[in-house]
Amino acid sequence: MTTTVPAPAASRTSILTGNQAAAWGAFLARTQVVSAYPITPQTTIIETLADLYQRATWPSRFVNVESEHSAMAVCIGASITGTRVFTATSAQGLALMHELLHWAAGSRLPIVMVDVNRAMAPGWSIWTDQNDSLSQRDTGWAQVYCSTAQDVLDHVVMAFRLAETTNVPVMVVEDAFVLSHTAEAVEVPAQEVVDNFLPPRTPSFKLDVEKPAAFGGLLGPDWYQEVRQDLHDSMLRIGGLLPKAYADWARLTGRAYDVVETWHMDDARVALVTSGTVSQTAQEVVESDWARREKVGLVQIRLFRPFPAARLREVLGGVEKVAVIDRNCSYGHHGIFFQELKSALYGLPDARRPKAYGYVMGLGGRDVSVESIEDVLRRTVSRPAPEPETTWLGAVLPPGAPVKACACGEEVTR
Amino acid sequence: MSGPMDALSHEEILRAGHLACPGCGVTPAYRWALKVLGRRTIVTAPACCFAVIDGAFPYSASSVPFLHAAFEAAPAYASGVRAALDVTGQHDVNVLVWAGDGGTFDIGLQSLSAAAERNEDMIYVCYDNEAYMNTGIQRSSATPRGAWTMTTPAKDGKREPKKHLGEIMAAHRIPYFATVSISHPEDFVRKLETAKSMRGFRLLHYFCPCPTGWKADSRHMAELGRLAVETGVFPLYEVFDGVRTVVNVAPAWTPMKEYLKLQGRFAQVTPPEVEAMEREARAEWARLERRARAEAEAEPAAAPR
Repeated sequence: MTTTVPAPAASRTSILTGNQAAAWGAFLARTQVVSAYPITPQTTIIETLADLYQRATWPSRFVNVESEHSAMAVCIGASITGTRVFTATSAQGLALMHELLHWAAGSRLPIVMVDVNRAMAPGWSIWTDQNDSLSQRDTGWAQVYCSTAQDVLDHVVMAFRLAETTNVPVMVVEDAFVLSHTAEAVEVPAQEVVDNFLPPRTPSFKLDVEKPAAFGGLLGPDWYQEVRQDLHDSMLRIGGLLPKAYADWARLTGRAYDVVETWHMDDARVALVTSGTVSQTAQEVVESDWARREKVGLVQIRLFRPFPAARLREVLGGVEKVAVIDRNCSYGHHGIFFQELKSALYGLPDARRPKAYGYVMGLGGRDVSVESIEDVLRRTVSRPAPEPETTWLGAVLPPGAPVKACACGEEVTR
Repeated sequence: MSGPMDALSHEEILRAGHLACPGCGVTPAYRWALKVLGRRTIVTAPACCFAVIDGAFPYSASSVPFLHAAFEAAPAYASGVRAALDVTGQHDVNVLVWAGDGGTFDIGLQSLSAAAERNEDMIYVCYDNEAYMNTGIQRSSATPRGAWTMTTPAKDGKREPKKHLGEIMAAHRIPYFATVSISHPEDFVRKLETAKSMRGFRLLHYFCPCPTGWKADSRHMAELGRLAVETGVFPLYEVFDGVRTVVNVAPAWTPMKEYLKLQGRFAQVTPPEVEAMEREARAEWARLERRARAEAEAEPAAAPR
């Protein structure tokens, strides 16, 4: 749970959107090279950065490129030459970067990126869901899902430490509009606080004319697997390093985080599992009289890669039922947090393994309200078994209504 | 009498043990380029023959740092390298992009155009062997009309003319563009020295015969370069700031068939097609000469040399 107590060092409270908070995080980290391409709803991150970098007191470069693909390519080139780099994107832009996400992780470059969760086209949608970032699950990037603007700022700073300690790139994820464009009070730490937490980057390898080496060349079957295993092992290390970073950050700022946040889980019979801003709404739901009577607890998954499986088994073992809200879908299977969670819970003994109920909802920016979360919980409490395992909730169109995604000028009956 | 080749450094930055085919046109150019640019150079190469030629992990034939890049993005990788060098005070380090025609004319054209438009401080050498040779000879937009490739197997070969890289780059008004050929090493070295003396985006378009893909004898590589220049297939010229064109070598108008007959890829070309190729080469040459003359008349004082 995020707690706001007076910070020990000088800092100031500002009213910032999630995107402004992201830009401040990158700026306070003294990022040396920023490269980005505009896309709604990421744009205000790079606009804020362009503005902040007018005041940078250290040598820096903002490279305005012609595509997200080139933005990541510039980040790769600048990172492998030893500098601290940052970029931000969303949806189509992230998908365009896909090849280079593999390249960044495979090159073991500590690049930090903010992805603003936006639904994928077609049809064009600028509103939030998680299919963009979750489609990049297997690229070798760590992923952290934020639920407040403060989260975003703090995690961008912490992401640099994780990335530079492990040589694994980190993606900090925030929801479109409900977080990216919603202003709230954010404590902006003093520069010296961030400097104390995050020393200048000291790369373990780089392009250096004094020490020539080739990077990224042909890697035969006798080498490739070991290199990838090292990426996997390094990614797993983040699972242990993040709590340590959280502890250090809490000491400096008074703000405490956990890879998995919990509310009312001590005596919970039913656990609601969420990520992103839905977690904020869910906190209100679990405080209701009904939820307290039914002993409903809340679990927010903050760290998605590496997946905190052991921690989730610890938190959820012995609970009767788990309801997972997914603002995404792996078409033909389930919501992605649901399937990941089920895979983690499989390791529990039968007697302690909860029944798992999946709910896909809130796609393309459809609101996930207090009422719709209550609906999730009622359906979970009332159904003795998760059949079907996944339920799609919140559809507006009546059954049988035309849903083909073509605009033909005819009114769709709702 | 000594020329630019005699003044070249004796240091070999391209070492023995590289993986080029015997007779490959690219290795002499890379060797000369690095002799001119020296050890304070970082090379970035996209997927291309040279990405293999430099060597498989854990080997590299280059004594300078070498960054492999995604196929379509070498100019953007290099822009990142440049940015990092600049913010760390390493302004004297050259950034050299070394790319084939596929990575330049086709899949890399977008990031190339963007780096040129930003006038990124780097030297880009496109070694043009006129097809995707690393993947086994498939057509690119740099493949000339009439040439056989594995993906233009019909009896008339590729039907479309070669894309005009020089005009594309001139349209970006980059500080320096030049064509160079394996057959004219002094011209190559002089142009690279010229490029080295400038800042901003500089591109050399290198005519790079390929024994494998052109079905040509490896002893004819320099000869093919010379014939390409003499027949007007590949004129040698420079363009300053996109608007001042200087022609370096006038074609001798050697018959086109002398150039074609050394290459199996043109075996199916008929005599009327040979004549059409000659007309095309003369028309292109006339356009180039007209442009050079008109630009010199418009701005006589600005014309270099």
